[in-house]
Amino acid sequence: MAGSNNLNITPPRWLLAELTYKCPLQCPYCSNPLDYAKYPQELSTEDWKRVLSQARKMGAVQLGLSGGEPLTRQDLPEIVQHARELGYYSNLITSGYGLNEDKIIALKEAGLDHIQVSIQASTQELNDHLAGTESYLHKREVARLVKKHDYPMVLCVVIHRENIHQMQQILEMAEELGADYLEVANTQYYGWAHVNRDQLLPTREQFLEAEEIAQAYKEKVVGKMKIYYVIPDFYEDRPKACMNGWGTTFLTIAPDGVALPCHSARELPGLDCPNVNDHSIEEIWHDSKAFNFFRGDDWMQEPCRSCDEKEKDKGGCRCQAYIMTGDMHSTDPVCSKSPQHHLIDEAVQSARNSALSTEEKPLVFRNSKNSKLHF
Amino acid sequence: MALDLNQTISFSPLHRLQWEEAQQKDVILYPEGMVELNQSSAAILKLCDGKSTPDQIVSTLEQQFSATGLQKDVHQFLEIALNNGWVQQP
Repeated sequence: MAGSNNLNITPPRWLLAELTYKCPLQCPYCSNPLDYAKYPQELSTEDWKRVLSQARKMGAVQLGLSGGEPLTRQDLPEIVQHARELGYYSNLITSGYGLNEDKIIALKEAGLDHIQVSIQASTQELNDHLAGTESYLHKREVARLVKKHDYPMVLCVVIHRENIHQMQQILEMAEELGADYLEVANTQYYGWAHVNRDQLLPTREQFLEAEEIAQAYKEKVVGKMKIYYVIPDFYEDRPKACMNGWGTTFLTIAPDGVALPCHSARELPGLDCPNVNDHSIEEIWHDSKAFNFFRGDDWMQEPCRSCDEKEKDKGGCRCQAYIMTGDMHSTDPVCSKSPQHHLIDEAVQSARNSALSTEEKPLVFRNSKNSKLHF
Repeated sequence: MALDLNQTISFSPLHRLQWEEAQQKDVILYPEGMVELNQSSAAILKLCDGKSTPDQIVSTLEQQFSATGLQKDVHQFLEIALNNGWVQQP
């Protein structure tokens, strides 16, 4: 690996451990790569413990245990216990599938700090349709048990055109279930969501109406339930500062041990993302080609290069630039200064046409069969 | 939410206060988030034990740091902490 002894490199703070790509759900906006079924190998328990120890030593403190569905890993309590001993704050990011009271207690005893449960919609019918699995009633029960055992409870609902009309009911459901935090996350259009964008992207009118409802509810539940509202950047003039800056804060480890500067970076060409089986986290973070690729701003093209806002949004999201323009170095086309901003307008128009059409394409669900069409 | 001077104050069980060696500072950890604390904020929060009232915390701090006139700053910070859910009152 190239040795760049760059003193400006800040240590990782956030480690996202994608323990597995296995998942009983089939959400059509899943952020896992389209070709995930190509990577069936998984790190062993010992590998994960080593990765956790190395990243913690560098300063990582927030740990996301994610997937796929992390509960499919039988060694989850052992990994959690190791994380607790190291001083991580550990977040289990789960669909709730396969979670019961015994497991909730065992994970608490192992030292798990927080459980985030995803719900797909406020009604059973729509939830089960979107998840591709009967899961709504069980998710509600899991949410109750998470509260019963004194975890902070975070509900996460991904928003798109199929459920955006339920915004009010979703907010009421979260309050009724006693969520401490509600993450209302507008779909980000990568991976599976990109494939299904015409069917998922809300119209501007839908988005504005839903946002107004969510902001008003925020006031109503202040001090009781915190609402994190993740905006859909297709309706913004400026892009999001992706990952708080490439290689500054976030470290994702994929199920097979590939280290990624963001969980979508696997889709970018030529990064040669390193594997934790070959290198230590310290080497990966400091010296790897992938983690240095978009550090700083030397890589930027115009209009980013001379833009006075480049410190703020870091040129936007590299994965979005790549997926929309075909060039991962270009300005995120969400930015109204981008010469390719018309691509966003066209995507919005295309989704709008699809919404008004009487013959809408069916959603492509995230499963191994569909994944195998991509490699 | 306003600070109640007659009630005790405790650190929230939904948050964790922890010393971070790598950052050489105390931090508050909560679901998917972290707040870095300066020395005085950390000292105040460590005294939110569920037994002391705000003004008992003030006098402990004044003894601890051989200082006077901390009341206004401590009250102000506790109110911020209360509104962020880092501490709670019965």
